[in-house]
Amino acid sequence: MMKRAAWPIASAVLLGYPLIFSTPFQQRLGALILLYAIGASAWNIVGGYAGLISVGHAVFFGCGAYGALASYQYLGLPPIGGLPIGVAASIGIAAIVGIPTLRLSGHYFSMATIAVAELVRLVVSNSEWLGGAQGLSGPPVPRTLLDLSFVSALPYYYVFLGVLAAMLALTRQMERSRIGYYLRAIHDSERAARTLGVPVSRYKLYAYMMSAALTAVAGALYAVMFGFVDPESGLGILISIKMLIMAALGGAGLLLGPLAGAVILVPLEEFSNSLLGGVGAGVTFLVYGAIIVVIARLQPGGLLRPIPGALRKRSARAKS
Amino acid sequence: MSSTFIQVIASGLLLGAVYALFSSGLTLIWGMMNVINFAHGDFVMLGMYVAFVVWTVMGGGPAAAVPIAALVLASLGIVCYFVLIRHITRGPMLAQILGTFGLALLLRYSAFWYFGTSFRTLPETLVGGTLPIGPIRIESSRLLAGVVALVVTVCLHLLLTRTTLGSRMLAVAEDADAAELMGIRPDRMQAIAWGLAAAATGIAGALIANFFYVAPSVGETLAIVAFVTVSLGGFGSVPGALAAGLLIGIVEQVSAYAIGAIYKDIVVYALFVLALWLRPVGLMGRA
Repeated sequence: MMKRAAWPIASAVLLGYPLIFSTPFQQRLGALILLYAIGASAWNIVGGYAGLISVGHAVFFGCGAYGALASYQYLGLPPIGGLPIGVAASIGIAAIVGIPTLRLSGHYFSMATIAVAELVRLVVSNSEWLGGAQGLSGPPVPRTLLDLSFVSALPYYYVFLGVLAAMLALTRQMERSRIGYYLRAIHDSERAARTLGVPVSRYKLYAYMMSAALTAVAGALYAVMFGFVDPESGLGILISIKMLIMAALGGAGLLLGPLAGAVILVPLEEFSNSLLGGVGAGVTFLVYGAIIVVIARLQPGGLLRPIPGALRKRSARAKS
Repeated sequence: MSSTFIQVIASGLLLGAVYALFSSGLTLIWGMMNVINFAHGDFVMLGMYVAFVVWTVMGGGPAAAVPIAALVLASLGIVCYFVLIRHITRGPMLAQILGTFGLALLLRYSAFWYFGTSFRTLPETLVGGTLPIGPIRIESSRLLAGVVALVVTVCLHLLLTRTTLGSRMLAVAEDADAAELMGIRPDRMQAIAWGLAAAATGIAGALIANFFYVAPSVGETLAIVAFVTVSLGGFGSVPGALAAGLLIGIVEQVSAYAIGAIYKDIVVYALFVLALWLRPVGLMGRA
């Protein structure tokens, strides 16, 4: 009963939020929550379902963002027109990086992804063509509607909501298909999965490429909304860590985990940023850190993961 | 060989020794508990601030700052272990990243809140001047850090391989349940490991502060170097971290000299990924 009501209520809340909370700050906040949820959901496919903890997804985010703004800069396309370029670059890089690194185990994989992300950040910072340390900008004045340059955050909110819904539907489909089962098997025990005939290396690479492609979509949307990207905001290690933290906080490997994480952390961060310069910034980031620590301590599997005790209670009730 | 080249190699070695110093603490807990400490860079940062406070309050140099930093950080490490780390080591790897990254934010923004954002430096006169050694010149602050790095790394290695305490710690690292059945208390050993690791990290911070700026965000930069050093050396291997540190230091300085300063880190990261590809457990890690 509860479960059947949950979806319409959630949809109504998500659709109605920017109309009820209609100040520019609140609408912008909503759009940012959805944007981060898109990024974290993309990360979730490889980090959550397959259990490959990438700490270098900023590379793919950067591909999307730079792809969008470079195709405006050099081809005169509307930034969103660069999306296929960014996604293609992202998939290419995922294949090149994935083949040598995906065979590394656990922490070594994480460290290799950090190194690759830093490598790409440094290369882009020194590349004149990609704007060097200054970065690239989008059209200063919107030329057509296709430039998707709006003053209000409202249109972005609904665009992002649509993209997030599509991405979650895709993930849900993946969960129930062969690749989903394979990834969870690999997550639980790579050796056992291999023994049972799962083509482990191939499916890890598929998951990595799929996650990379979707992360590039998040990057392109970021570039469209902000009309600007530089090595720090597009490729910095903090981008990779944020995707990971949001997914892990809500529940990695769960469909709605990343969204839950974004709903909690993005507002905190935005309040901090709006107070930046005052003493408030330091204090709110202390709160941010404390929340993460407390959740890691009390709910190590993420907020949405059912507590083992509660599960037992429910099944006991079902039996009686 | 020209004297310029000898100079490049020498500064590479000194830089590498410092990398090894602030990585040895990380590799110790990594090997002991299989935890990546994302707050590691912020422990280094606190060590640097201890040196800064020792200088502003007492006018003391490294002779005072190093033991104080070791004590302060060791206590902090043990407190962190009992309050947080003990509870997250049994969780999934993501919970460990989450927990230690949260700890990093807490430490970073406590420093931010207390000391402000401005970059600070210790006066050069504290450990001043350069020493002429043969045809080359070496900054004494870096020489001091390099020498202490070697001493601390060797001491840690001897402690782990030659003492009863070390054997107990390694036993816990190998199999905590079996060690407990043998009458070793895993909790106590792991707390000691955190204390030791944090002390080594504090010493590193106190020495680096003599030639590097101090700011709340400095840990982020240093942490990446430490991660690369530790995984190149092999998790848990103290000699591995030393070898990897020296190697990275030399590669960095030689490529800065030969290709250009902006490319040095690119070369280091590329070689790191290549090295992991060829040897997936690092230089001295166990398969």
